[in-house]
Amino acid sequence: MGDVRRMIAARAAKEIEDGMVVNLGIGIPSLIPDYLRPETKVFFQAENGILGMGPTPVNNADGDLINAAGYPVTVVPGASYFDSALAFGMIRGGYIDLSILGALEVSAEGDLANWLVPGKRVPGVGGAMELAYGARQLIAVMQHVGKDGSPKIVRECRLPLTARKCVSRIITEKAVFAIEPDGLHLLEIMEGSTLEDIVNSTEADLIIDVS
Amino acid sequence: MDSFNKVVEVGEVASKFFHGMTLMFGGFGGVGTPPTLIDCLIESEVSDVHLIGNDAGFPWIGIGKFVVLGRAASLIASHIGSNPVAGQLMQEGKLVVEFSPQGILVERMRAGGSGIPGFASEVGIGTKLSYEKPVLDIDGKEYLFESALTADVGIVHARKADRYGNLVFNKTAQNTNPYVAMASQTTIVEAEQIVEVGSLEPDEIHLPGIYINFIIPSEGINWKWVWET
Repeated sequence: MGDVRRMIAARAAKEIEDGMVVNLGIGIPSLIPDYLRPETKVFFQAENGILGMGPTPVNNADGDLINAAGYPVTVVPGASYFDSALAFGMIRGGYIDLSILGALEVSAEGDLANWLVPGKRVPGVGGAMELAYGARQLIAVMQHVGKDGSPKIVRECRLPLTARKCVSRIITEKAVFAIEPDGLHLLEIMEGSTLEDIVNSTEADLIIDVS
Repeated sequence: MDSFNKVVEVGEVASKFFHGMTLMFGGFGGVGTPPTLIDCLIESEVSDVHLIGNDAGFPWIGIGKFVVLGRAASLIASHIGSNPVAGQLMQEGKLVVEFSPQGILVERMRAGGSGIPGFASEVGIGTKLSYEKPVLDIDGKEYLFESALTADVGIVHARKADRYGNLVFNKTAQNTNPYVAMASQTTIVEAEQIVEVGSLEPDEIHLPGIYINFIIPSEGINWKWVWET
């Protein structure tokens, strides 16, 4: 399970390019910085008020310097702090190049459900809706199927939506998909998976771009 | 009241809290939530409080310490996942929770403090969080009308305050605090350090003291963070 999450994070790290401003969600996305090439030049934004977030401090954690998950972080040279209105102004204003968020379900059209499972715990949406609307590119990362084996890449989301038509790419431990106007494209089969397995465990129809 | 010296003892601000009040609080998971004022609120024994803030804290951190007592009637927040007691009170019908997307929530506070009745946004369209909000058609596109938020009392945490109430925040403890101060009728700031008027550089002030009514000295953080436990 841990390996699967790390496999997804490692693949997602390859989507991050030099010069990008990136916002990472909690869960699998928070593992991504471990897999970036050390020379990659990016600014991580944290919606609680940092542009230029750095790694976890080795010691001397500062209770006033945390990431959006509430854990201590550091900052990199050139970083800035700001209030929540500015943080989300940046997000809705289209200044975040890439957001990578965990997902519960994604539809073939790129609808995202990632905040509420009815009848289960009630977390609330946090900043996910605005990241979904505002980030210039949104990648959803998740395990390919649910704990009961049910597909999570679906024709229509059954869970309450975070935002419509916002996801451009899906990365799971089995495959990488792109959502285009003509449908859901299978771009890449991950090591250890097969086309047949992916087709059988994906509810949405696929346009297969791999041989 | 001397507006150039708003510093009072914590005991003097307890009377500003009242039954049925709307209370706005600064903070993000407790970071930037004023610990001394939270204890003051708890000791005040007020109930039926309508809370507005980013989240429900943790059961032992920030506003969470008050929420677990069951004395809040409602909460407008972006998430409550870090405080399971809040979720439980919500399921039992004892706490009415309205979720607002995080940045929309703070923008509603900013509107409330800036004389703007509300604004239009596409965030939340077609989701459960559109609630019964009016839908506006602007140039053929649908938007939700997001109403401004104001409060009777606001509690804010700052790193430094001068006696007029000019504030300097610290790192990510700034978060919603400026907007809580702007949107509240009576704003009480808890400051880690209180300095004389004129000793802050005008350029370093994050929030002008015009929004502040009372200043109390902080007794410091009295909870353990999640990462310390």
